[in-house]
Amino acid sequence: MSLRTVPLSYIARNLWERRVTTLLTAGGMALVVYVFATVLMMSEGIRATLVATGQPDNVMVLRKGAGAEINSGITREQTAVLTSLPQIATDGQGRQLLSREPVVLNTLPKRASGQPSNVTVRGTSEVGMLLRPQVRIVQGRMFRPGTSEIVTGTAVARGFAGAGLGETMRFAGRDWRVVGVFDASRSAFDSEVWGDSEQMMQAFRRAAYSSVAFKLADAEGFDAVKAQIEGDPRLTLEAKREVKFYAEQSEALATFIRLLGLALSIIFSIGAVVGAMITMFASVASRVGEIGTLRALGFRRSAVLSAFLGEALLLALVGGIMGLVAASLMQAVNISTVNFQTFSELAFQFRLTPSIAAQSLGFALLMGLVGGFIPAWRAARMKIVDCLRAA
Amino acid sequence: MFVFRLLLKNAFRHRLRTLLTMVGLVVAISAFGLLRTIVDAWYAGVDATSSTRLITRSAISLTFPLPLNYAERIKSVEGVSGISWANWFGGVYVTERNFFAQFAVDPVSYLALYPEFKLDEADKQAFLRDRQGAVVGRKLAAKFGWKVGDSIALRGTIYPGTWRFTIRGIYQGADAKTDEQQMFIHWQRLADGIRARVAAGSSPIKADYVGVYVVRIHNPDDAPLVSQRIDALFKNSLAETLTETEKAFQLGFVSMSEAILLAVQAVSFIIILIIMAVMANTMTMTARERLAEYATLKALGFPPAFVVKLLFGESLMIALIGGGLGIALTFPLADAFVKAAGTLFPIFKVSPLTVGLQVLAAAVVGLVSAAWPAWKMSRIDIVQGLRHVA
Repeated sequence: MSLRTVPLSYIARNLWERRVTTLLTAGGMALVVYVFATVLMMSEGIRATLVATGQPDNVMVLRKGAGAEINSGITREQTAVLTSLPQIATDGQGRQLLSREPVVLNTLPKRASGQPSNVTVRGTSEVGMLLRPQVRIVQGRMFRPGTSEIVTGTAVARGFAGAGLGETMRFAGRDWRVVGVFDASRSAFDSEVWGDSEQMMQAFRRAAYSSVAFKLADAEGFDAVKAQIEGDPRLTLEAKREVKFYAEQSEALATFIRLLGLALSIIFSIGAVVGAMITMFASVASRVGEIGTLRALGFRRSAVLSAFLGEALLLALVGGIMGLVAASLMQAVNISTVNFQTFSELAFQFRLTPSIAAQSLGFALLMGLVGGFIPAWRAARMKIVDCLRAA
Repeated sequence: MFVFRLLLKNAFRHRLRTLLTMVGLVVAISAFGLLRTIVDAWYAGVDATSSTRLITRSAISLTFPLPLNYAERIKSVEGVSGISWANWFGGVYVTERNFFAQFAVDPVSYLALYPEFKLDEADKQAFLRDRQGAVVGRKLAAKFGWKVGDSIALRGTIYPGTWRFTIRGIYQGADAKTDEQQMFIHWQRLADGIRARVAAGSSPIKADYVGVYVVRIHNPDDAPLVSQRIDALFKNSLAETLTETEKAFQLGFVSMSEAILLAVQAVSFIIILIIMAVMANTMTMTARERLAEYATLKALGFPPAFVVKLLFGESLMIALIGGGLGIALTFPLADAFVKAAGTLFPIFKVSPLTVGLQVLAAAVVGLVSAAWPAWKMSRIDIVQGLRHVA
């Protein structure tokens, strides 16, 4: 009879036998996994929000080198040149699917704290709505062109004073009536206020639009359009696919959070690994006699090694699952912060993806492996005689 | 004294376990200190403000400029003793990673309002004479290896094109709170550059506009009153203003990243919880192993309180030694961090409050960890405890 492996029930029972210790050690690991998973979820949430904002066949045109809409400026003459591009799609009525949009930042007080923060106010039109099929009016109605009516994104309506349906916001020397609230399917538009393009130009005394967005008749035609826009000497503009433009907007903040979080998780994991090591050393020390008996029964060194390693991994798995469950609860939380790339408020949710869950559990198991290896190794190296004598 | 030696001997009886616990404590306490210092660094701009300075900006938001002619009108407001203005330039030096603040300022009035930027008189004159000139902070110059006379190019994001500047002076901060990573250029240079572009018909930005006005007031107590007077002056005009103290203005920036700050703060407490779990585990094991000893002590006539004291004392000792090492490690760690972070944090110092909190955290970890085992050990039955030995 070859006794290669110690049964799992023996391993699990050891952990159960020392419940307080198991719980404390797994608890420490759970906290590390919680931080690790939460940070990845936050970074993913920001990325997903901004990526969902762009449409694959839409093109954004901005002033060359501007990077963000608020830095950009496109004169009316330049816009006129753009409208002559043949690749722009039209709707059923022959209308060009092109929107000229002034985008401004407006410092407005938050509903809960009264603290001011920057809200993106976008001037758009009915065509602007058509360009973004993910945006739907969920309360009230669309603003009427040529009036001081506005519609607000769900995150703005919830978070900022006077932004709810039927309320009034005051900015740029006017009172703007909120006639509708739109849901943008968890994209960045949820953090925006939309009104009539020309009204916004007048109210903010802007001579130039910030960006021009249009839909391509043929999604494959992007490279040709880009070459044409960037090659035209009258236009000092650059064209980007909308998806790419918004993905770039998320890069700095998402990367910053991910790096900060990973650095923290690694530092924190040292604490948890130490905890696992202490527990496993004690587990080995209190079972010297048992180890001797197992060996005497014919279990190999490798069986002892894998038994203790298995115990450490099981311990880590318990911690990992606890942490992941706690982190998954964060999905219910809505948070918003200023994206320092656009300088404006961005609302997003924590997003748990299968890949993040796998990474978190993998991270937990790695902690268990690192913490459990030396004690397990030591257990496996013990001489049968010494073990039995100690018992 | 005897008890103290007993504690020390006890603490290191299981050397490996105690050392591992201490390693955990060192990591946790230093990480806690570092995180708190990062949060402090965020608020550094707020600490460096002066109560005699107000900031006037557009009521819409900071990205909207104000007309240059407001300067004269603000100057005549009662209680105002000086005025200057600045535009955020937002240029990129080589790559986006080299972020630092650049302001286009009116040099004479601006330097008068900010005496904390100490500049050599000769350098100052050279800067005033040269419209292409720039003044940079000491740390910024050190970071990029700039010397007086060097020419540097910035790529404009707000103001298109490449802009060249000659460094005419390097300023020193008056104290540790002063940001030494800023760059100042001539506002007039910027305005001329824009005007040239407007004439060429390629710029939608208007010249002769100002980002913010910096207003000096006679008496800090008048700040609310003067702010109201200034804003009332431009009420219902084409560009309404919002005036606040420099401190409130800087706090506005900080509060924008409040969610991140709160997260960092929350996380700094989580690391303390993690180490608390580890330490509590250590103490629980220790107590369990010494069951028979404690029973013996009790049998000898020591009161239950003595056992409790022994456990608390040992736990506190380990926590404080680990904590002390952690605090000592925080300082080199902070130095290394600020080197790695580059220009992101102009002011980065471990504050006495942070050190105090680290000590407190270590003590709390020590006390909490011993609480449960101590309670359990004080209640052990002598007979049962002695039986444990066999």
